[in-house]
Amino acid sequence: MTAPDNCRYTPDHEWVRLDGDIATIGITDHAQEELSDVVFVELPDLGDVDKASPVGVVESVKAASDIYAPIAGEIVEVNTELVTDPSKVNSEPFEGGWIFKMKIDDTSQYDALMDATSYTSVVR
Amino acid sequence: MVSFGGWELPVMYSSIIAEHQAVRERVGVFDISHMGQVFVSGSEALEWLNRLLANDVEGLEVGEAHYSFLLNDQGGVIDDLIIYRLEEDHFLLLVNAAKISEDVAWLRQHLEEGVNLENVSDEWAGLAIQGPDASEVYFKITEGRTLPARNHVDDLSHLGHRMIVCRTGYTGEDGFELFCPASQAKYWWGLLMEEEVTPCGLGARDSLRLEMCYPLNGADLSPSRSPLEAGLGFFVALEKERFIGREALLMQKEEGLSERLMAIQLDEKGAPPRPGYTVLDREGLPIGTLTSGGLSPTLGAGIGLAYLPTGSIKINAPVLIEVRGKRLPAKVVKKPFYQK
Repeated sequence: MTAPDNCRYTPDHEWVRLDGDIATIGITDHAQEELSDVVFVELPDLGDVDKASPVGVVESVKAASDIYAPIAGEIVEVNTELVTDPSKVNSEPFEGGWIFKMKIDDTSQYDALMDATSYTSVVR
Repeated sequence: MVSFGGWELPVMYSSIIAEHQAVRERVGVFDISHMGQVFVSGSEALEWLNRLLANDVEGLEVGEAHYSFLLNDQGGVIDDLIIYRLEEDHFLLLVNAAKISEDVAWLRQHLEEGVNLENVSDEWAGLAIQGPDASEVYFKITEGRTLPARNHVDDLSHLGHRMIVCRTGYTGEDGFELFCPASQAKYWWGLLMEEEVTPCGLGARDSLRLEMCYPLNGADLSPSRSPLEAGLGFFVALEKERFIGREALLMQKEEGLSERLMAIQLDEKGAPPRPGYTVLDREGLPIGTLTSGGLSPTLGAGIGLAYLPTGSIKINAPVLIEVRGKRLPAKVVKKPFYQK
């Protein structure tokens, strides 16, 4: 299992990478391993969301799993490549498998998320 | 891991799709030790079984097996099972894990003089080796034995241990099921791993059987549904004079079936349909609920089974499946979804 140092992590097994005021979000390597065979991603709608609200769904052959907004903000972009190739969530969870981007005002919510070391100890 | 009939079983070892494809293209192994084995013997065993089971036991030759049902008086399914005729007066019933105690209680309740029941479910293990390479694997792990013919069974002693080998399965592929005392299971599993047989979990077991439209008891079959409604009348010998549930089935046949278990395929790629999802007609009226559902790895499409009204819904009828508030277009198709 990998967990890059340049991301923060949620207990729901999502990763968040912050670039200025834009946060990119996906599911972790651990989550994709557990789900295996992702066959469909229901992408979020654009617009404002509260922290922890369900915004989308990742479906594998095995199970459907909700995706939550890890931070309050505005969803500004979704990864439409996942419509034709959802398996990218498995093959490159931290790169081509990203799910959505948010514009956030309050970076303290980002700072409060787990770093790679804490997340790794949680899933072990 | 998930709980299944009181057992902890893996949904997958690596990937449901990879395990599914291994069985369709090469060979995979499922640990089916959770399933129940009940021996029935005695001078009256044949006639007694014939009164309890829906299929015609008399039609079975020694060494032969077939699919059958334990029905309640209303013609509903208590359990579906495979019965193997090991000797003239000696039979093996292979039953569902979740139903072992209910089945055995039902059998005991109807027990008669001249019939012996022996439930060895706890002492016996089972492995299902399935896929086009299964017979070659059998030859290798037994150092030269060949499998019995399709739907036949060998009851033999191998290296001093009893094993029952059946050319049956739940995947639609060639293959066999091997039953042995639990202490022997590890030995066989080790040999299978040496032959690079792919270990497969419950997930692939479900997707393989669903592509074939093989029913799963507790999902597609229930005490309130008859084998006729499930489209399994072929395995019910209504011409027999007597068996539990016969009168109810005859009545059902005479009156006609109002619902039947039908196969549904989604028109487009998307979220896999899952058990419990609502099926609607194209006007948006709910007409049924999926009893099984999932992605067919072979077809790359969502598939499912549901009891739907026979009057309005026929093969090719357009329907909708509701997935989290969205209605996805689908069609009723001929069974099975997959053919070799």
